[in-house]
Amino acid sequence: MNTPDDVKYTKNHEWVRKHDDGTATVGITDFAQNELGDIVYVEVESEGESFELDAVFGSIEAVKTVSDLYCPMSGEVLEVNGELDGNPELVNEDPYGEGWIIKLKLSAPEEWDELLTAEGYQAIIS
Amino acid sequence: MPTFGAMKKTPLYNQHIEQGARCIEFGGYVMPVSYEGIKQEHQAVRTGAGIFDVSHMGEFFVTGKDASSFLQMLLINDVTACPPGKAQYTAMCQEDGGVIDDCLIYCRSEDEWLMVVNAANIDKDWEWVSHVKETHFSEADVTLENHSHRMGLLALQGPASFDLLQPLTDVEVASLPFYGFSMGTVCGVSDVWVATTGYTGEKGVELYIPTDDPGNIQAIWATLLEAGAVPCGLGARDTLRLEKGFNLYGQDMDETVSPLEARMGWVTKLEAGPFMGHQAIAAQKESGHYRRLVGFVMDEQRAIPRSGYDVVSNGETIGVVTSGTQSITLGQGIGMARLESPYGTSIKEGAKIGIVIRGESKPATVTNPPFVK
Repeated sequence: MNTPDDVKYTKNHEWVRKHDDGTATVGITDFAQNELGDIVYVEVESEGESFELDAVFGSIEAVKTVSDLYCPMSGEVLEVNGELDGNPELVNEDPYGEGWIIKLKLSAPEEWDELLTAEGYQAIIS
Repeated sequence: MPTFGAMKKTPLYNQHIEQGARCIEFGGYVMPVSYEGIKQEHQAVRTGAGIFDVSHMGEFFVTGKDASSFLQMLLINDVTACPPGKAQYTAMCQEDGGVIDDCLIYCRSEDEWLMVVNAANIDKDWEWVSHVKETHFSEADVTLENHSHRMGLLALQGPASFDLLQPLTDVEVASLPFYGFSMGTVCGVSDVWVATTGYTGEKGVELYIPTDDPGNIQAIWATLLEAGAVPCGLGARDTLRLEKGFNLYGQDMDETVSPLEARMGWVTKLEAGPFMGHQAIAAQKESGHYRRLVGFVMDEQRAIPRSGYDVVSNGETIGVVTSGTQSITLGQGIGMARLESPYGTSIKEGAKIGIVIRGESKPATVTNPPFVK
């Protein structure tokens, strides 16, 4: 499974890419998309909503099953990946790139330190 | 990652792993759920040819002069309607009418039958058939043999499946009737049961292959893949069967459900009985008071029903979803639901019901399967 070093991870199989301007991009991991299989749609709360750490901010429906999405860091949803509306399979094809799910304005950037490194996440999934 | 240490494996396990299959536990076996993806595998079966390793299924041989009468005591369908060379869909029930398992029987001759059961039920079914023999046929000429661990099963399904298989076998596939079979050689392996049965609703064959030498089924699998069959897993098997409205044991029926409550009235031949469960099922039929299994299609996009979701009508909970998925062919949510007794008789095709998806009732229309013609 692909676990790039430029993002951090949660035990709920989300990844976070933190940017210098206090925002972060969030998606699900390669492991998660592989476990879910063919993704049919991604449903997330709208832009402007705020979420605490670990709160459910949406769900992913795959052919086989449905899975909740848990907010990996507290913050406000700045942007939802609109491309996923017509092309949910982007999450399967490019989970760390074009398959990103939301962008957050972080309200507690220090939570970053608690997230798993690629190595720590690999230990969970292997 | 899940660990499959104690799980049973089919003779093709290593091939599945090499092909990059994602595996899950199913019925005590490690089975591929998908290779490249459920959608692609599903479409391969609807438009070309897909191949499934379903060797986890159980096989019992029932032989002897009294084999037919024994099977009639055991099963709810009319065994006499299954002549030599034909297969039949049927089920075994408890005395109270609860479904122990659904199964296929294949008649080789009046005194030689193959019975195919669900993997998760092999032990339970074997106990039951042995019990029925001891209690009702102890003096009779019936021999039961459990060949589940000695027989593999490959399902080659899809419109292109006959053409793909024909150059590789001496059985004239196209001349077999629907739900027929013949013994023959496939890819150089002899004594293979070539049957025009399946669980996808497409033209196709199922190949029962002796696995005392596991190399046989491995060779057939490899040859069929080379010939262009797309490897398919249990994920596609589930979406394919649900589009056609075929039941899945453990979801759409179990021991707490009678065949009448599982849309299996068409295989319940009371006049062919008595059989185990006959009295209870006959009484239920006469009373009319029983739950009904209905099909439904979601009215809106982005609403996928799942097993266990509540069904509501006029603010009341009237039943539960037994199977649900996103239909890959229709691009819409489809499912089956069991409605409680008073509702099942009044809610017919075309009726509107609600499916409670994460706390929200989403509209659906009762639709008789198959959902995909």
